[in-house]
Amino acid sequence: MANPIDNLNKLFDSRVRLGIMSALMVNDAVNFNELKELLNITDGNLASHLKALEENECIKVEKGFIGRKTNTMYSLTKTGEKAFKAHIAALEKMIKSMS
Amino acid sequence: MDQTRQSLETLRDIKNMMERSSRFISLSGLSGISAGICALIGAYIAAPYVFGTKDLFIDHINYRGTEGYGDIGIILNTRIFWIAAATFLAALISAFVFTFIKSRREGIPIWGNTAKRLLINVSIPLLAGGIFLYKLMHFGTFGLIAPGCLIFYGLALINASKYTLGEIRYLGFFQIVLGIINLWFVGYGLYFWALGFGVLHIAYGAYMWWKYERNR
Repeated sequence: MANPIDNLNKLFDSRVRLGIMSALMVNDAVNFNELKELLNITDGNLASHLKALEENECIKVEKGFIGRKTNTMYSLTKTGEKAFKAHIAALEKMIKSMS
Repeated sequence: MDQTRQSLETLRDIKNMMERSSRFISLSGLSGISAGICALIGAYIAAPYVFGTKDLFIDHINYRGTEGYGDIGIILNTRIFWIAAATFLAALISAFVFTFIKSRREGIPIWGNTAKRLLINVSIPLLAGGIFLYKLMHFGTFGLIAPGCLIFYGLALINASKYTLGEIRYLGFFQIVLGIINLWFVGYGLYFWALGFGVLHIAYGAYMWWKYERNR
């Protein structure tokens, strides 16, 4: 029997990455500052996690401006959505198999 | 066993984050209670003017010459308008204070995307309703003002329920039902108004406080 843990995505192990993906699942796009406030972490920390998700093609980045300030928007890619749904399904399976 | 607990916790984190990022969940039950109390006080103060035991108009000399006055001039010259405006303002401010405190305590920013979306979606039915009721007054149909307030407010709450804690939907249904019943009891508008904006708000606020905030 396959171990259900194998289906869990290592990328989503971190609480921050999990939080980013959750927020993006239910919003079309979220900007950097909103994510920062939601997760309550530092700029550098958030940026490194966003970078990891971007490199794995889970999220896409769009840079724009509001007035003169830069406004960086993040949203899910199809790949990211699929991967995150699979991750949630794996979590559910684990709970069901153990109870 | 430990893994099950961990998975459950992770799923809870996901759900929590989805809610926090898409709905304005800082709305406090105490806001509902305080707004309801303001409404009841306002209704109590307004009662003698509505039922004609006290003089409705502020400036009589001007009122006699209504010809050149226009609707807004007449409305601004009634005491009820200023009581209603003060009630609305007091309810809004007191509701804001409790929600502000709650958002501070939970570390959720009060002004963000979720608050914006909530505000826009509440405002659409309210603005449309406000214009409609203004026109009703223009044609002298004062008996329909209270039911109209309740019905449009109910619609606004139902529209808002997708952007904040979902229970507000039921408050909306109750307001609409109350407004519709009021259509058959024109002349008792103030009682229905006090029931809807006063008693229902207090009941809803108490329920929400009991459900979400009691143990914090």
